[in-house]
Amino acid sequence: MTALVDKPPATMEHLPLRHARLPRWAPILVVVVSFAASGLVGLLLGWGPVAIVVLALLLYLGALPLWSRAVENRRSANDRFVTGLVWVALGIAFVPLVSLLWTVIGEGLPVLDAKFFTWSMRNIVGEKGGIYHAIIGTLLITGAAAVISVPIGLLSAIYLVEYGGKSRLASSIRFLVDVMTGIPSIVAGLFAYALFVLFYGPGVHIGLGGAVALSLLMIPIVVRSAEEMLKLVPADLREAAYALGVPKWRTIIKVVLPTAMAGIITGITLAIARVIGETAPLLIIAGSTDSTNFNLFKDQMMTLPVFIYYSYTQPGNTPEIARPMAWGAALVLILIVLVLNLLARVLGRLFAPKQGH
Amino acid sequence: MSIIEAKAGPPKRRLGDLVFANLTRAAGMVILLALAGVAIFLTIEGIPAFAAGPGDLSGAANFAAYVWPLVFGTLLAAVLALAIALPLAIGVALTVSHYAPRRLATLIGYMVDLLAAVPSVIYGLWGGLFLGPHLVPLYEWLAEHLSWIPFFAGPASTTGRTILTASIVLAIMVLPIITAISREIFAQTPRLNEEAALALGATRWEMIRLSVFPYARSGIVSAAMLGLGRALGETMAVAMVLSASGVITLNLISSTNPSTIAANIALTFADATGLQVNALIASGLVLFVITFVVNFAARWIVSRSEVQV
Repeated sequence: MTALVDKPPATMEHLPLRHARLPRWAPILVVVVSFAASGLVGLLLGWGPVAIVVLALLLYLGALPLWSRAVENRRSANDRFVTGLVWVALGIAFVPLVSLLWTVIGEGLPVLDAKFFTWSMRNIVGEKGGIYHAIIGTLLITGAAAVISVPIGLLSAIYLVEYGGKSRLASSIRFLVDVMTGIPSIVAGLFAYALFVLFYGPGVHIGLGGAVALSLLMIPIVVRSAEEMLKLVPADLREAAYALGVPKWRTIIKVVLPTAMAGIITGITLAIARVIGETAPLLIIAGSTDSTNFNLFKDQMMTLPVFIYYSYTQPGNTPEIARPMAWGAALVLILIVLVLNLLARVLGRLFAPKQGH
Repeated sequence: MSIIEAKAGPPKRRLGDLVFANLTRAAGMVILLALAGVAIFLTIEGIPAFAAGPGDLSGAANFAAYVWPLVFGTLLAAVLALAIALPLAIGVALTVSHYAPRRLATLIGYMVDLLAAVPSVIYGLWGGLFLGPHLVPLYEWLAEHLSWIPFFAGPASTTGRTILTASIVLAIMVLPIITAISREIFAQTPRLNEEAALALGATRWEMIRLSVFPYARSGIVSAAMLGLGRALGETMAVAMVLSASGVITLNLISSTNPSTIAANIALTFADATGLQVNALIASGLVLFVITFVVNFAARWIVSRSEVQV
């Protein structure tokens, strides 16, 4: 017995293959050779780094299949070509992300200081101001949007899972929530404008309108995630509660919601992260101002995205001051979004139902 | 005795249940009302635009003539963006589901999420200040060597703020949604189909072509449609990258570009007065209808495929 166990079993690698195969290091070798060749050509002709990389990738995509075709067969060559193509697609897809983060951090980091966070742009001409007013506006408007959309979204999700079932109302709500996820953000802004124009007259600019527009974008995300989470709650839990004589509404509040709470909170945080960077609706309905405005119900309100937009499109006479401020505000906005995304994961873990007793 | 009688009667609905059930139903109705409200309010505020004259429609004779170049620009930018994003997204999704080792796949998943999390205004800023100027040499090269293709007729823009740049930025923005959906569908391919293909001696690519793609076809189509819907309605990236002049042209790299509906609203709304506002809202309604149709078609394809599988 021991002799049998000790003896290594014959694996595929030891079997004779019918086809000749390229060695395992072949792709790496081809990558190195392509980059070396392309670099040489590029340096001789004085090309930029982008052109050199492009030529190297083309060389790689051509050379490896050719080699494979010579040694292996046509099918393997195709396989290697597609494998190369897939990895190149991955690389191309992430070049912009790296470049964007690099640029935002590189341009934005030098701008960040205490003044940048604590000053507004009120009465500031021709010198660096701050984004305090924009941060306040963003927090207030997004907070108000969350206050509007979380109850509506959560209750709708409860209706869809616990009461609606397959009724016509439920399926039409489900369908329209899907449609709502596709509403262009600018249309949400126009809707808020068309709504508030009825009360305030033409040219209305109001923070609450921004909150309404954002909640139109936020509600479908909340409904979607909460519905998924409520569906995951096992039916056993509900039936156990019913068997003890607990009314349905108390079952939902005391049993179903706490079980699904982790996922729901994660979903809500992600929804906030999604809408906090929305620009177009706020541009239309919340307007822009240089002063800090704490009142959601009156006057224009500046927000971070709108601040970035105007610092970029209307830098005034001092673009050399406005541009860096736009990058700084962009860095702050990205950081807020990233923190919210991290928070979503942490909160999800924190509120996870406790296992065992 | 009284206990038995009480049990024999029809179950009494508790007040709490009644209130709670109706509360949740009311919340659901609010969603219906909100969506109806979007259509109704946009229509109310948009209708006056049909009576508007050239003075309020930046020179166009009537509303149709005003909105048509914008619709053209919207479709052109979105279709271009989709043409760039779709192959990349399928490549990324395939890497995650079939090529990359699990750890790397998780990392790529995080990076796709990060790509989706970046706000659109920052894409616009990056596209206008960084990407555009860096694409100018490429556009000059295209105008010099490929000007016989109508798309690259030139003369090349010197700022790089062309519709092709805008489409590239849009493509980056719709990449995550297409990737996310395709990845999910690729991962759901029946394991037995894949293993059967491999057992018959198929290479990995042949396995993907024979078992993964046929299974995922309708999913990819609907993912592409959802991406198209997102690209159609995206505002800031186009408004900040494109230098638009409202022409109809297929020339992708010159400095005169068609504008898009969303970008046109964002750029001109702040200064618009009177009927100009109504015209902008009416163009928003047109955009709403276009995206509604595209999303509707995407959902319909998804639901049809669910019946078949």
